[in-house]
Amino acid sequence: MPEADVQPAKLSAPRLAARSLLPLLACVGLALLFHLVAAPLMKPLHVKLAMDIGINIILAVSLNMINGFTGQFSIGHAGFMAIGAYTAGAFTYYGGLGDVWGDESFTHGILSWSRPLADFTGNLFTAGDILFLAACLVGGLMAALIGLVVGLPSLRLRGDYLAVVTLGFGDIIRLLMELSDGQLKTVADIQSTPYFQRYTHLGGASAMSGLSFMTTTFWVVLFACFTLLAAFRLRMSSHGRAFLAIRENEIAAESMGVPTTRYKVAAFVLAAGFAGFAGGLFAHQSSVLNPGDYGFIKSFDILIMVVLGGQGSISGTVIAATVITLLSEFLVRPPHLWILGLIVILLLAVFRQRKAMRAIIMVAVATIVWEIARALALHFQINLAQYRMILFALALVLIMILRPQGLLGIREVWDYLPGRKRLPTEMKA
Amino acid sequence: MLETLIHGISTGSLYALIALGYTMVYGVLQFINFAHGDLVMVGAWLSLIIATSLGFSADSGIGGVLAAVFVMLISMVLCGGMGVLVERLAYRPLRQAPRLNILTTAIGVSLLIQNTGQLPFVFGTETGTMTALINDSLPMFHLGDVPIYTLDVIILTLAIGLMFALDRLVYRSKVGLAMRGVSHDVDTTALMGVNVDRVISLTFFIGTSLAAAGGTLYILKYRQVQQPADLSWIMLGLKAFVAAVVGGIGNIRGAMLGGMLIGLLEQFTRRYQSPELSDIYVFALLIVVLLAKPTGIMGKPVRTKV
Repeated sequence: MPEADVQPAKLSAPRLAARSLLPLLACVGLALLFHLVAAPLMKPLHVKLAMDIGINIILAVSLNMINGFTGQFSIGHAGFMAIGAYTAGAFTYYGGLGDVWGDESFTHGILSWSRPLADFTGNLFTAGDILFLAACLVGGLMAALIGLVVGLPSLRLRGDYLAVVTLGFGDIIRLLMELSDGQLKTVADIQSTPYFQRYTHLGGASAMSGLSFMTTTFWVVLFACFTLLAAFRLRMSSHGRAFLAIRENEIAAESMGVPTTRYKVAAFVLAAGFAGFAGGLFAHQSSVLNPGDYGFIKSFDILIMVVLGGQGSISGTVIAATVITLLSEFLVRPPHLWILGLIVILLLAVFRQRKAMRAIIMVAVATIVWEIARALALHFQINLAQYRMILFALALVLIMILRPQGLLGIREVWDYLPGRKRLPTEMKA
Repeated sequence: MLETLIHGISTGSLYALIALGYTMVYGVLQFINFAHGDLVMVGAWLSLIIATSLGFSADSGIGGVLAAVFVMLISMVLCGGMGVLVERLAYRPLRQAPRLNILTTAIGVSLLIQNTGQLPFVFGTETGTMTALINDSLPMFHLGDVPIYTLDVIILTLAIGLMFALDRLVYRSKVGLAMRGVSHDVDTTALMGVNVDRVISLTFFIGTSLAAAGGTLYILKYRQVQQPADLSWIMLGLKAFVAAVVGGIGNIRGAMLGGMLIGLLEQFTRRYQSPELSDIYVFALLIVVLLAKPTGIMGKPVRTKV
């Protein structure tokens, strides 16, 4: 009977455990390797950049769960990041005092037990790490909760209403942060304020500062890897299949028995949670929380990473997050890029052989344009960063007109390697 | 109380003008033109530049009103042309694409306009001040003991005049019939010999020029012309959009009603609650309407055919 063939192969318990644990261990290994070997060799500026890329990967991959997997359209992702950042930041800042944890060694001033200075490659673990991780988790949960509140009413409707609600939501979060009370700066002030009331003192429009630098390259790489792992496994799971079914055809999915609203809200809440966690990491990397940092521009940055990489492609989003983060930095301090361009062209030529011609020409043109722009900017003393948003906005419009599926569409990088059967195929919408 | 009511109606008529653009574009193309709010900004800045460069000065008499109308008309034509250009370059290539693509493009266009506007040789990043073309310090007459200002009366007159003209155009003219046809069924309308591209261009022209009118009246009322990427423009556009949704998106009379409602809600919460939180009430109203009647007050339910 053919039915026997359809049954999945039964795995023995140890193999099953190995299969689920090994990727997690690999993530830890990768993070350790980066933190202990790679990061100490890099310049501080490059370490900071690598961390920015890691945090942006978490944000973009999580937005991809809504926009890519489920086919919805959220454009207020920075709002969830802000919720996570403020919750986590306030949690370590106000919760780091002895009256919560009962440990006398914690009371020598605000957070004297953790890193007062930015040292992202320092000790692997410090005294405050448990509090820090708990803070990020609480930030993520808080963002997920708010995601539920925002998602439930708006996801019952069609995609474009979600866009408006998330856009407005992002601004309202920013507004609420600006309206919050001033930050409590001294230990005496904090201890005289009841615990939950402290959380209304978020610094207002004049930033919340003095958060400890708890985020290290280890944590960023670890959680970026975890996010990727979660995204890959989610997409392969039955829940992920439901997401994809909604993206391809919501009515068909519904008629096949997929509870569409529930799954749309689930994707939204999950993505909000990851964004909140990333916000927690960001808060303890920059040490300053400024409401203006979480405006529409930030949401747009995350959106363009997803659109450029390919809505639905995880590796594409990773590439795009890296490219966009690097490009933003390059515009501030324009470096030579022709070596990088040559390497990309070489890689394309080796792996894509016949089909690579168009891509190679485009990379070559982009490299030449960059070198010309760089030379002109240096010669005429133009600040290229001023044109960043114009460039990105124009890029978004052009991607949509010329290559709406982004770099990789819904496929992954390895689907493009020679000898691979092209699965999954693009849907014609 | 009465004063707040008058402020609410006057602000509401501005929202209604801007909401009309959203609702008209949604009617023919079924997507939210996120760049519409930025075209309001462009319209306002164009008016400021026109008024300044022509050297119009404050005038308490009929001259000021005429100058204001003149500035508004030029700004409407220029801005309308820009709306047509945006449609031609960014939206028309995507007409057959999935709706989310065109929505993404609209966001790109919106940011492009904002950030180009911020360039030093376009509008710059400074706050401008509009000439007080219409005198707003002396009340025109008193209603009971509440002063009614000339400015509010003129804004209301102009806004209602434009809306009346639009209503006539859409419901009582041949072009309007073509527009309603495109909004109802593009393919059949094209088969009836209507040039769909031209109708869509015209819709964008009218919608955007109404946005410019809204922008001009807005800066005549508030005088401060914020820099192109300022939050107030984004909020203005969003509130007008909420007005369009509340009234029933795609429905022209609904947009007018929605605009008035939003204006009243905003002014009353600003007066009797807190000025900072009035935006949040507007969004709360959006959520309530989406939950209770997603098609808006005057919208008709649409069945999706498989």
